[in-house]
Amino acid sequence: MEKYQLLFAVLFQLAQLVLVVVFAPLLTGWVNQCQAWLQNRSGAGVLQPYRVLRKLFSKDAVIAHNASPLFRVTPYIVFGCMWLAAAIIPIIAVDLPFSMAADVIALVGVFAVARVFISLAAMDIGTAFGSMGARREMLVSFLAEPALLMVFFTASMISHSTQLPVIVDTLAHHQFVLYPSLAFAALAFLMVLLAENARIPVDNPSTHLELTMIHEAMILEYSARHLALIEWASSLKLFAYITIGIALFLPHGIAEVGNWAGLPLAIVALLLKLVLAGAALAVFEIVSAKLRIFRAPEFLATAFLLAVLGLLIHFLLGA
Amino acid sequence: MPIKHPNLKLTRLTDALPAWTGEIAPADLHEICQQVRDGGGRLVALWGSDARPRGFMLHVVLINETGMVCLNALLSAEQPVYPDLSRIFPAANRMQRAAYDLLGIYAQEGHDHRKWLRHGAWHSGSFPLRKDFDAAASLAHEPEDYPFVQVEGQGVHEVPVGPVHAGIIEPGHFRFSIIGERVLRLEEHLGYVHKGIEKRFESMTVQQGAKLAGRVSGDSTVAYAWAYAMAAESVAKVTPPSRALWMRALLLERERVANHLGDLGYLGNDVALAFGFAQFWILKEQVLRNNATLFGHRYLMDKIVPGGVTASLNVDGKHIIEQECDMLEKQVRILRGIYDEHAGLQDRFIITGTVEPKLAAQLGLCGLAGRASAQAWDARVQFACAPYDKLDVQMATYRNGDVAARAIVRFGELFESLRLQRDILANLVHEDAAPALIEKLPPNGFGIGMVEGWRGEVLVAIHTDAQGNLTRVHPHDPSWQNWPVLEHAVVNDIVPDFPLINKSFNLSYSGQDL
Repeated sequence: MEKYQLLFAVLFQLAQLVLVVVFAPLLTGWVNQCQAWLQNRSGAGVLQPYRVLRKLFSKDAVIAHNASPLFRVTPYIVFGCMWLAAAIIPIIAVDLPFSMAADVIALVGVFAVARVFISLAAMDIGTAFGSMGARREMLVSFLAEPALLMVFFTASMISHSTQLPVIVDTLAHHQFVLYPSLAFAALAFLMVLLAENARIPVDNPSTHLELTMIHEAMILEYSARHLALIEWASSLKLFAYITIGIALFLPHGIAEVGNWAGLPLAIVALLLKLVLAGAALAVFEIVSAKLRIFRAPEFLATAFLLAVLGLLIHFLLGA
Repeated sequence: MPIKHPNLKLTRLTDALPAWTGEIAPADLHEICQQVRDGGGRLVALWGSDARPRGFMLHVVLINETGMVCLNALLSAEQPVYPDLSRIFPAANRMQRAAYDLLGIYAQEGHDHRKWLRHGAWHSGSFPLRKDFDAAASLAHEPEDYPFVQVEGQGVHEVPVGPVHAGIIEPGHFRFSIIGERVLRLEEHLGYVHKGIEKRFESMTVQQGAKLAGRVSGDSTVAYAWAYAMAAESVAKVTPPSRALWMRALLLERERVANHLGDLGYLGNDVALAFGFAQFWILKEQVLRNNATLFGHRYLMDKIVPGGVTASLNVDGKHIIEQECDMLEKQVRILRGIYDEHAGLQDRFIITGTVEPKLAAQLGLCGLAGRASAQAWDARVQFACAPYDKLDVQMATYRNGDVAARAIVRFGELFESLRLQRDILANLVHEDAAPALIEKLPPNGFGIGMVEGWRGEVLVAIHTDAQGNLTRVHPHDPSWQNWPVLEHAVVNDIVPDFPLINKSFNLSYSGQDL
């Protein structure tokens, strides 16, 4: 029985690896579709991101003459980082083989690696927009990163571990307790999620105004398969962030260690949570306007403050 | 008569407008312009024409509160020079440069003689609007070089934007000198859609010209077609039937409503409030569809022709427009409430892209953008031609001159246009007299038409030769005056706010590139 357990776990890990990469664009499509509905538009359907990917993969890539190899490899590195991040987050079961690698600090590092490469690649070509985008991305992310770490620390304090599976297991399966500190952390996490995924109010993923762009300005020079990988990576990143949010703040329903019978329920619970989270994200974006870029630091400072408050409350109340 | 000067004898041009014309020596130009400027007047247009063997003519249209005057100065054929007017009217700078590119008449002592419309498409020695220029000949390209003004200092760098943009908009080049995100200087380089419209007019009949005039700037097709028709009618000394005039006003107000709806949507979109964009564009689409149903064209092209209109409206049509006005009134009020109360949107709009009233007056900011900076000029009010003289137009003005002010003026004008449409419908009589279209213009004529389009005053001037053919037609877009002001509006704002500021002006590239 023991060795079957391990086989099951490996199989399941592989399944998660494949499922996240296949279904991440669906979540993006769902968010976009919800936004279209909220704008009284019929929308392009939840499958639109797949059509875009197919279109991009069937095109020939155009690369600037002065592009260095860095520019070419960056899409693969970014895609790899995001895939890895999305695959190790415990979303259905906590005791998967890769999960032990899912240390929250390492996770922040994985996101940082992708960001460094994409910013370097943006500056590699030497266009004004690429550098402008990279500069703004750095402004946003160097403020978002500490806030994200603070959110993770709050959760780590409760479970005395920085391992995501342990955190999730503690929050989901030990006796049901309301943690006021996590409420603050959740708010901070939402703000970081918006900033890090280039969503409104910090950035606008659907803009065509090159001077206002942050993330989009960095990838203006990419085309075809490279752009497809970056778009796909963006979907994976959004998926990863939303699943981290679910893991930290709504883990209930996830299968316990060794409880393979709990899997079907866990899958249904996850789907439901993803649908709700996507819709909530759409609602939040639809009612917001984009901030003037120099308000972004205030926005992220607020996130940091909330995360620190969460931590303080944990110390004060012990919860 | 708006201007008095001992060397100037004015003759009234048309009954439709308080417009006069008179010939003047180039040497007196400076003094008269200064006099108009001191009296609070503005430069509306400046262009040249080829009147050889007599020489070249420079035409300058000035307006003040009492009317407008077209000054004609004869320049020698050998050395066509005239005194620089850009020190009195800064807006003259680009018009003078364009006049040189196209006709080779030169503003002496000017401080800026860079090419403007020419780019590299033809050589500096050839001038397309001269009569001896062969429009059919293929032109040798010249390598493009345009010396932008450099800003120097530590940390200052340039960001070139366009002419190809990430979205589907008209082409224009913007050269930002920035430090961090702050804009120290913006310099525009336009002329990428120069199509030789003015040259094309020369080989057209008066009715063909109406079609071309309606395509100078597609979003203002009604304003251009009306201004052209008014100019042709003033040459021919014809007054169109009153039903045609009411009809023209109806079309013009519908064009204004459609464009303001579109712009208000765009302003929402540019601050990422896609909800506002979708709602306003649903309304705009409704107006365009009604246009297609009632008049056969979504943007109302070719509905106004010299002598009358080609559109008609029956009782059912009136009913559709009345219903549409009621619907728009209700919907736009709701949307205005949302815009007004949306903190994020107002934060982006307020004090962004400010043009102080004083600066606006100095630079001659006109039209909608001018009214948002306390420049109370509206041709429908000051120079109310029929039928606006019976309509009691209420001008929308605001003082702050920021993006928010330009949005407020748009809302104000939108509601006023809806009211005007209802008034016009009440006055629109049903006799359907066949319009007496103008087929031929009298020889050696000159006429001017000016209409307040949604963007500002649109002017068209027509000259005819000894056979009564069009020899020179000059369509003038208010964007000529307003583009340079945009360069000032963005100074000290930040780069990511430029698209929003630009959109709040929403100037025409095609209209100024000609």
